[in-house]
Amino acid sequence: MSLPASYMEYPRRARGMDHDRYDYTSLFRRPSVRWPDGARIALVVVPVLEWFPLDMVPAQMTVKAVGGMERPYPDYWNYTTRDYGTRVGVYRIFKVLEDLGIPASVAINSRLAVRHPFLLREITRRNWEVVGHGLDMRHVAHGKTPEDQERQWITEALAQLRQASGQPVRGWLSPMQSESHHTPDLLREQGVDYTLDWNQDDLPVRMNTRAGAVYGVPYALDVNDRQSMLDFNLSNADYVEQLLDAFTTLWREAADHGGRVMAISAHSWLTGQPHRIRAFRQALQVMCGHSGVWPTTYGRMLDAYRPQE
Amino acid sequence: MQDEPQLYDYLPSIDRPKIHWPGAARVAVWVAPNIEHYEYDPPANPVRTAMPRPAPDLNWLTLRDYGNRAGVWRMMEVMDRYAVKGSVSLNVGVCDHYPEIIEACVERGWELFSHGVYNTRYLHGMDAAQQRALIQDAKDTIYKASGQPLTGWLSPALSNNPDTMELLSEADVLYTADLMHDDQPLPVKLNTGKKFISLPYSLEINDYTCLVLKRMTPRRYTEAIRDQFDQLYEEGADNPQVMCIPLHPWLIGLPHRVREFDETLKYITRHDKVWMATGREIAQWYATHHYDNVSRAIAARKD
Repeated sequence: MSLPASYMEYPRRARGMDHDRYDYTSLFRRPSVRWPDGARIALVVVPVLEWFPLDMVPAQMTVKAVGGMERPYPDYWNYTTRDYGTRVGVYRIFKVLEDLGIPASVAINSRLAVRHPFLLREITRRNWEVVGHGLDMRHVAHGKTPEDQERQWITEALAQLRQASGQPVRGWLSPMQSESHHTPDLLREQGVDYTLDWNQDDLPVRMNTRAGAVYGVPYALDVNDRQSMLDFNLSNADYVEQLLDAFTTLWREAADHGGRVMAISAHSWLTGQPHRIRAFRQALQVMCGHSGVWPTTYGRMLDAYRPQE
Repeated sequence: MQDEPQLYDYLPSIDRPKIHWPGAARVAVWVAPNIEHYEYDPPANPVRTAMPRPAPDLNWLTLRDYGNRAGVWRMMEVMDRYAVKGSVSLNVGVCDHYPEIIEACVERGWELFSHGVYNTRYLHGMDAAQQRALIQDAKDTIYKASGQPLTGWLSPALSNNPDTMELLSEADVLYTADLMHDDQPLPVKLNTGKKFISLPYSLEINDYTCLVLKRMTPRRYTEAIRDQFDQLYEEGADNPQVMCIPLHPWLIGLPHRVREFDETLKYITRHDKVWMATGREIAQWYATHHYDNVSRAIAARKD
């Protein structure tokens, strides 16, 4: 037995990445970034609001949506647990943010925003930022999604959110953070400035697309609430400790290397649960008690970053 | 297929020759950062799929990219603080893609050994000529980047073929980290007539198995490392041991974990009967002082 000769060939084996989106740079050799008022950390909280349609069929999805229907139709178990987030959990999250005076970049499925104008108004009336999060959790793009189909999904999602929110909607989180080879191009063509899907390091990273630059922004890499609470089932104490350990590392590092970005994800159906919300509040309270923390939105953070590039 | 690896004979831990380390150390500790490159769109292998989603699998890919952009530099800072040299399990393609990482390793006197070209190119299905080409590639690439000989090997993603060790030994590689059967180095039974050593690595306190597969919190993980160390340190008073700490910049180098790594090295390095060494140093010491004696003891065993 042997492998085809091509398996021993490495056509992209050269300096830098093996794709053309961005160059390799050590985080520690990037120019120091200065945030407003000399803050060390730009802290972005990202409530994630999702709609998992009752008639979605995960078995037919190439990339399954975690939280989707898994039981025989009608799967009330999963549908209503997710819907709890939209009805109850999300408002717990919003209350914590309001109590602490923290803004949010809210990732929301466009069809959820259309279904519940009240929910969207609760975001826009606070002048929080709306971040596109696809149509719903049934439409998950991936490497084999035809480009035209994905373009249609992205166009529709952005049109719905822009119309309903009156905001430009500059940011994007793909459902399941799952992209095709074309996603950054399609996003940029639709006027999107940044994506939460990449997480290259702890600062925005400028990415090439066929229509100009789109930025990869940090988004709770490996400390995402979905991973921590659902996959890892961390206790609240462990979850808080983990977030604060991450925060402390970045906060210390910023003294020597310039500003950093820390993002915290908060899925309405996870962090919004009564037994979880206190962990979220506690972590944020401690962080906001530090000097040099700038609670902000991705849009404002990026606007502060770009002139320094 | 055969029903056992046929690479070593039974040598119970309680009935074997004593070995010794420099400075009468009880434990030789080696820290092995796996510095890797995972391809954006890897070719198909008949046996193994690289990642869970069709390319581009960003969840999978960018975490690993983060390791090379941020994590590895944090690891170096911590290891510098305790004067610990790394033994890099290296996807040698990193020399081409990210030469600044390699320069930083070489400056620090770290050992580079081979972990294949990319972590998305497996040995599964390769014939002997292809494996020889891969070994030669690793040899040439490491030599060109660092002036170092290729002394050690850990197969990319631990993919092996029954003839791989034989081919490594033919190419003058001295040690493999692919066998988990012991806490001491041991001779590997081959037909090359050359010394070839299995150097203890670990899947028990590997950050990948602990943090990804077993989903440990950072504190639970480093507690496991300290427990492992304490036990081997105690046993090493009677017959010295090896402990490897295998790590990945894309796991231990994340902001929520790197402080625990610091605490771990602080704890280990404050013990006086520890030999902080590289894989090459341990393997060479063993080859010089113990290989023949232990080989004779194994050959003489009746049970």
